[in-house]
Amino acid sequence: MFKSEEVHQNLEAKKNPSGFFDSYSETSLKYDPDRCINCKRCTQVCPHAVFAEGNEHAELANPASCMECGACAKNCPVQAIEVQSGVGCAWAMIGAALRGKDMDTECSCGGDAGSCCGQSEKTGCGGK
Amino acid sequence: METKDTAASACSCSASAQAPSCGCDAAVRSPAEIRTTDSTITPANRLDHFAARWGWKRESHRVVPGLYRLGNPSTESPVFASANYTLSFDALRSALAGFDAWILVLDTKGINVWCAAGKGTFGTDELVLRIQSSGLENIVSHRKIIVPQLGAPGISWPEVLRRSKFLMEFGPVRARDLSEYLKTHKATPAMRRVEFPLWDRLILIPVEFVHVAFPMVIVAAVLWVLAGPVAALAVVSAVLAGTALFPALLLFIPTQDFSTKGLILGGVVAIPFAVVFGTNPLLPGWANAAGAATALLVIPAVVAYSALNFTGATTFTSRTGVKKEIFRYVPLMAVMAVVGSVAGITLGVSRLLGVI
Repeated sequence: MFKSEEVHQNLEAKKNPSGFFDSYSETSLKYDPDRCINCKRCTQVCPHAVFAEGNEHAELANPASCMECGACAKNCPVQAIEVQSGVGCAWAMIGAALRGKDMDTECSCGGDAGSCCGQSEKTGCGGK
Repeated sequence: METKDTAASACSCSASAQAPSCGCDAAVRSPAEIRTTDSTITPANRLDHFAARWGWKRESHRVVPGLYRLGNPSTESPVFASANYTLSFDALRSALAGFDAWILVLDTKGINVWCAAGKGTFGTDELVLRIQSSGLENIVSHRKIIVPQLGAPGISWPEVLRRSKFLMEFGPVRARDLSEYLKTHKATPAMRRVEFPLWDRLILIPVEFVHVAFPMVIVAAVLWVLAGPVAALAVVSAVLAGTALFPALLLFIPTQDFSTKGLILGGVVAIPFAVVFGTNPLLPGWANAAGAATALLVIPAVVAYSALNFTGATTFTSRTGVKKEIFRYVPLMAVMAVVGSVAGITLGVSRLLGVI
């Protein structure tokens, strides 16, 4: 595992010690600055400025804003970033849970079989 | 080379009526026809956008995938990738008014760029396929393609470079920033950020509401007959609060979690109904309590559930967080809805039987 994971979680813990009424303070994002070659692609693709440009390598500037879209990991040429990507679609996840299926595989919009947004027939994703 | 060949010797089945029986892969072998488009948004386009926003004929807001000529492009002109959803394609072509460019439309099954990228249809495979089937390398002399930033969850630039020799450039989030972006090919931090401003939230209300409008009318009608017009109004209020008021007020309601925001909003909406149901001088105390409890339990549960489902339409909620919310709050919502309904049904049955 990446050593920065620990740092990331500590940082989050300080920001919101209880996590009370905030389910979004922790994410599955993991970043290993040692692998980073400073290509800056992650800073270009992230829609929430989670990564910032740095001198030696990209900086994990705002991890709590991560929405796990997976753009950074997908476009990192050296696999310095890991994230369990997927659309946070409650509709499909609840449906999967009620049908006794795995919430993760069933609602994985990132995979080939993903059909989260399609099944719920929502415009989703801010309608962009 | 192979691409040029397949493009020229177009699959003979693709245009015939027996297309379904033909074994060829239409996406790869269809002729590399170049269509022409312009930057004008016609009244018909606007009508189509309006229909799309209301979820009318969800599947029909599509453009034909493939390569398009915008203006009078040369071999030096830039290439832009887009989705075959009319709202996406029209946003791009209208933002490029005055430019000569190529637009490569990917087949995303009529889904917008970001959602399609999340699902993988606006993806590396499809982009590489479209680059090859359109014969793009023979049409432009450069090897660059500008992809919208929100396509990045589906498209991997190192992979595209390896497989197609085209280098991807991530354009801004919003097509309307393109003319500014194209001056330097550098996006400002603001161009890279996704926001969720009031208008972007309001525009989602129709499609959210259309989903629940029919069940709402049925339930309201039934309750009108059984429990009177105020009960019917309570149903309509709960649904409107969940689908319209909630998106509008999203950023102003306290707490981070959507469920707790929904419970708070639902609680506020429930108060007047609780007062009406709970202060009927003709009924005994327990019946007033049951009436108030029904409003105070069921309405917040309904609004909170709608609120939680709105996470799928927002621009910032993570899967990890939504999952956490589901486990934290859905059981509570279920208990509230059941207890509130039992209280309401008990009250209704008692009145029908003449107990009170």
